[in-house]
Amino acid sequence: MSVVESETVALQTVGRGPEKPTGRAWPRIRRFMPVIVVAAVLLATWLWVSSLQLDSIEQRTLNADYIVARIREHLVLTVVASVLVAVLAIPFGIAVSRSRSRMFTATVVGIANIGQATPAIGVVILLAIVWQTGFTTALVSLVAYSFLPVLRNTMAGLEQVDPNIVESARGMGMTPWQVLRRVELPLASPVILAGLRTALVFAVGVATVATFINAGGLGDMIINGLKLQRFPVLLVGAVLVAAIAVLIDWLAGLVEEWVRPRGM
Amino acid sequence: MTAPTNTGPFSTANGAVGIELEHVSKVYPGQAQPAVDSFSMTIEPGELVMLVGPSGCGKTTTMKMINRIIEPSSGSIRIDGNDVLSLDPNQLRRHIGYVIQQIGLFPHLTIEDNIATVPRLLGWSKKKTADRVEELLTTVQLDPGTFARRYPRQLSGGQQQRVGVARALAADPPVMLMDEPFGATDPITREKLQAEFLRLQADIGKTIIFVTHDFEEAIKLGDRIAVLGERSRIEQFDTPANILSAPANDYVASFIGQGASLKRLALIPVSEARLAPVATQPSAAQVDIEDNLRDALDLLVLTGGPSIDVSEGGRVVGSIDHAAISAALRATSGAGRVG
Repeated sequence: MSVVESETVALQTVGRGPEKPTGRAWPRIRRFMPVIVVAAVLLATWLWVSSLQLDSIEQRTLNADYIVARIREHLVLTVVASVLVAVLAIPFGIAVSRSRSRMFTATVVGIANIGQATPAIGVVILLAIVWQTGFTTALVSLVAYSFLPVLRNTMAGLEQVDPNIVESARGMGMTPWQVLRRVELPLASPVILAGLRTALVFAVGVATVATFINAGGLGDMIINGLKLQRFPVLLVGAVLVAAIAVLIDWLAGLVEEWVRPRGM
Repeated sequence: MTAPTNTGPFSTANGAVGIELEHVSKVYPGQAQPAVDSFSMTIEPGELVMLVGPSGCGKTTTMKMINRIIEPSSGSIRIDGNDVLSLDPNQLRRHIGYVIQQIGLFPHLTIEDNIATVPRLLGWSKKKTADRVEELLTTVQLDPGTFARRYPRQLSGGQQQRVGVARALAADPPVMLMDEPFGATDPITREKLQAEFLRLQADIGKTIIFVTHDFEEAIKLGDRIAVLGERSRIEQFDTPANILSAPANDYVASFIGQGASLKRLALIPVSEARLAPVATQPSAAQVDIEDNLRDALDLLVLTGGPSIDVSEGGRVVGSIDHAAISAALRATSGAGRVG
């Protein structure tokens, strides 16, 4: 029976990263390390702020209602932008990798490059001048900024699929669409997801500039703290943005691991 | 094979179909020379034809035009009388088994799901598909209980290649195309896979086109061998025995290499030779009547005696000497494949 047991173990470990056999507790602790660190930093910040005598300006921003509202704005902006990027950039990446036209490839990659190379704050403010201020404008500039990593990774992910696997799929009579959906996309998905994770983290950071065009978010706290020279406000805003970025990255990592095709 | 033959667009009574290629050419854009130049061949139903030639001679291109992985530039290809160029390529391919050297198993799917690919494309029921997968795993000598839920990565190269063959056989296609299927395995595994494959083919009798650059493999497996030169030109197309005894030209002779007679001996069973009566003195070694004459000669040389005993089912039925081996070789020259 020992043979059967060892086979079961081998099956279960498929699809996970290399895990060092350092006991049972350590990998679990290491997996939750980012959360532990973030929790510790947030706790320390809260303790420090509680020990301060806040003046009326500080009280107006350093209260639960205000902070929760800013966090919500920040998250909505980030998540909506990331979903839009996924919905737009993945199909574009597939189209570019299918296309034989160099013009098309060069145009799409070129535009995406410009989107990322231009400083986000510049894009936000230019858009606000020529178009309007508010949520939609902030969203557009976030999408433009986060587009490239997803596009690039979709292209790279599809490119690295073993052509022999694609050929055998075609040879068995799968239509091009079936080959894409059942073989190429699953095999490319780890790379595509890594791109999405990058885009998400980008979006959390860049969403702070939304404050300049009246689109809210945690940028409000940072800018208020700076302008009014209230250091606790500035610090809380900055700590929260960093904490959200780390937590979102951690969550995305879990999702990545969870949806990665088994057997690879 | 209990699964019904799924001939799809090819309708025949017995399941095996013939293939005809007529003046098939492939010219790649921007190349002056065609990769395949007016290739014509008729393959009988149930025949195993080996395409053998050096790398880059166009043998793989020729094979891949049959399932239209590569589209021919001109000429016609008929399977069971149907022009493949008039069929939907995806439908066509679902009825042609395809095995490539790199195997191309889907790494993200279990062995079970890999084998079930074509049955699912054809819309088989779950029960029928599952039964077929189990049957095929048994056929290629992999225990379904152990292997069905594993992933390709967890299998050895030889096991993966067996899964590749099982996957190609899944919907019981009448035609199989095999591109150096055993090329990437080590010599011991390869011999084993070849022997299993011959046994399997004796059962299923598919029409098979098998591409290889290994002439020994071609002799061992093929009903007929096409020795190909540049641009897939057929230098000789005949049975292994005939090619070995009468190579059509220097090119074919150079492909056979040294020791053509020894290679032919390996194709002739001991039972074909005229056996002498049982010797009074038992010889130092015995050869089974099912073995081939090369094995008999090998034992003769090894023992150094004038003759060795031939046994059948453990009983000595006669003896064989050098003269009998030579006579059998002469008798079969030009007489087609024996055995």
